Amino acid sequence: MKLNINLEKKLGSFSLQVKTSVSGERIGIFGASGSGKSTLVHLIAGLMQPDAGELYLDDTCLYSRRKGINLTPEQRRIAIVFQQAMLFPHLGVKANLLYGYKRCKPQHRKIDPEALIEILNLRHLLLRGVSNLSGGEKQRVALGRAVLANPRLLIMDEPLSALDDSLRYQIIPYLRSVSEEFGIPYLFISHSITEMQLMTDQVLVIENGNLSGVSTPDELARTNMSQNPKGYLNLLRLTDPVMLEGLFHYPWGTGTLIVSYGKEEGESLFELSSRDIILFKKNPEAISARNLIECRVAEIFDSGGRKGVVLEAGNQKLVAEIVRTAAEELEISPGATVFAAVKATSFRRLG
Amino acid sequence: MNLSPQDITAIGLSMKIAISATLLSLPFGFATAWIMVFRNFRGKLLLEVLVNLPLTLPPVVIGYFLLLLFGRHGWGGAALRAAGVEFIFTWKAAVVASATVGFPLLVRSIRLGMESIDRQLLQASRSLGATWYDTLATVVLPLSFRGMIAGSSLMFARSLGEFGATIIVAGNIPGLTQTIPLAIYDYASSPTGTSMALALCAVSVTLSIVILLLHEVIGRKLENGRGA
Repeated sequence: MKLNINLEKKLGSFSLQVKTSVSGERIGIFGASGSGKSTLVHLIAGLMQPDAGELYLDDTCLYSRRKGINLTPEQRRIAIVFQQAMLFPHLGVKANLLYGYKRCKPQHRKIDPEALIEILNLRHLLLRGVSNLSGGEKQRVALGRAVLANPRLLIMDEPLSALDDSLRYQIIPYLRSVSEEFGIPYLFISHSITEMQLMTDQVLVIENGNLSGVSTPDELARTNMSQNPKGYLNLLRLTDPVMLEGLFHYPWGTGTLIVSYGKEEGESLFELSSRDIILFKKNPEAISARNLIECRVAEIFDSGGRKGVVLEAGNQKLVAEIVRTAAEELEISPGATVFAAVKATSFRRLG
Repeated sequence: MNLSPQDITAIGLSMKIAISATLLSLPFGFATAWIMVFRNFRGKLLLEVLVNLPLTLPPVVIGYFLLLLFGRHGWGGAALRAAGVEFIFTWKAAVVASATVGFPLLVRSIRLGMESIDRQLLQASRSLGATWYDTLATVVLPLSFRGMIAGSSLMFARSLGEFGATIIVAGNIPGLTQTIPLAIYDYASSPTGTSMALALCAVSVTLSIVILLLHEVIGRKLENGRGA
């Protein structure tokens, strides 16, 4: 998917001006609330008319002031998953799911409703009304409804913000798998760096109505490391632990990670703050932290007066955060060997 | 309670006129409310004032304007005469009088219902491939249903009580255009009519109570049907 954006819009004292061209299947739009993310999304979807500019999705012109083109939302075939599920309250789950599908031209219908219902695990809800669904169920129905419209582009406008933490990470696999399975490119809008890391390959950063940069989610996390109260969040997908003395031993790289709060079966997603990793120059032999990992320093980066240290252990990477003086005392430089200590309680299971 | 055959006719006529006026107004009321809630245009304030004008104008004034419009020399009257329709001093004129007077009540209720519809529902519908008129029919209309029921019952009740505009454009012809209020007016001006007037008043009160009860019951049913 290729998106060519050159749009201007003034709303009272706020003005938005974005000019960029991005291509990819998983694109993020990142910014604080009030930065203009939602306005941009409305302009792209045709729910708001720009003052000037042009907008192309692949080779289709969606809007051009110069050429006098302004496709209506239904002509654009861009479906949206909103922050609130926005299910039609007068329709049941099934009618909600099929709302867009019924309005989609037969030649565009590539997605089989049955397959989607399986993937999103919605079969048991089909005959229910929408008012007595839980928040997570509602959002799954909303996602299914958007995907079944067979859109050219799916916009997810902070789809996880209204959900609590545990639900949020239950929904993410659905969001990812649906677009991968059915080959629908998406724009993922959020102010959460973690969500960007989990959902996107490329991020447009919006600040005060302007595009302040295009980066990768990892770069974004590095740049924000010093301001973020949790530092840089390492995200680890760990599977099939062995239980030993009440702790979860997960295979990781060529070694093992010991975690206090895991899940006995299947895959779990953990976050580990860059601030919870302590670096040693030499092997300290005995420490209370359960994980002591011998690593190679792959890279060092700056983030607002602090140093980020990218550590390599086997084929895995971790980012640790230290202050400049610590970096000098440890004589850290790329290629050096250090020992990273991490407490088993420092891993937070997300889902 | 004694009701003369003439009273029964008046009650029947009142019902017929009120039902016709309400049904006739519903599509216009819905369209007007939709324009006022969802469309932005120049002169919106003017439309607002125009729609609400019958609420504050004396009904007699409305009746007089209608008479000017549809009378012998009005352009409405000329058009109707050309079409061969007898209008002034018929029950049809009473329908138009009731519709005009009750219209603002209908529009107000439908508007309240429409204003409570989340705009994002309409955006969701559009982005799922629905045209604006499809969205209007499949999202706005069903979600305005409660407002339409509420507005219709108010308008129906208002029509049953219409007096001032009706007597000017439809007259007070027993059996033809004499509705409950007009019949009560006749009884009230005759020295022997007290019990007859009271009987019709009782009918009027009963009808109003039934309508208000229905209004509440249907409102609650719809509320429960949609859930919290």
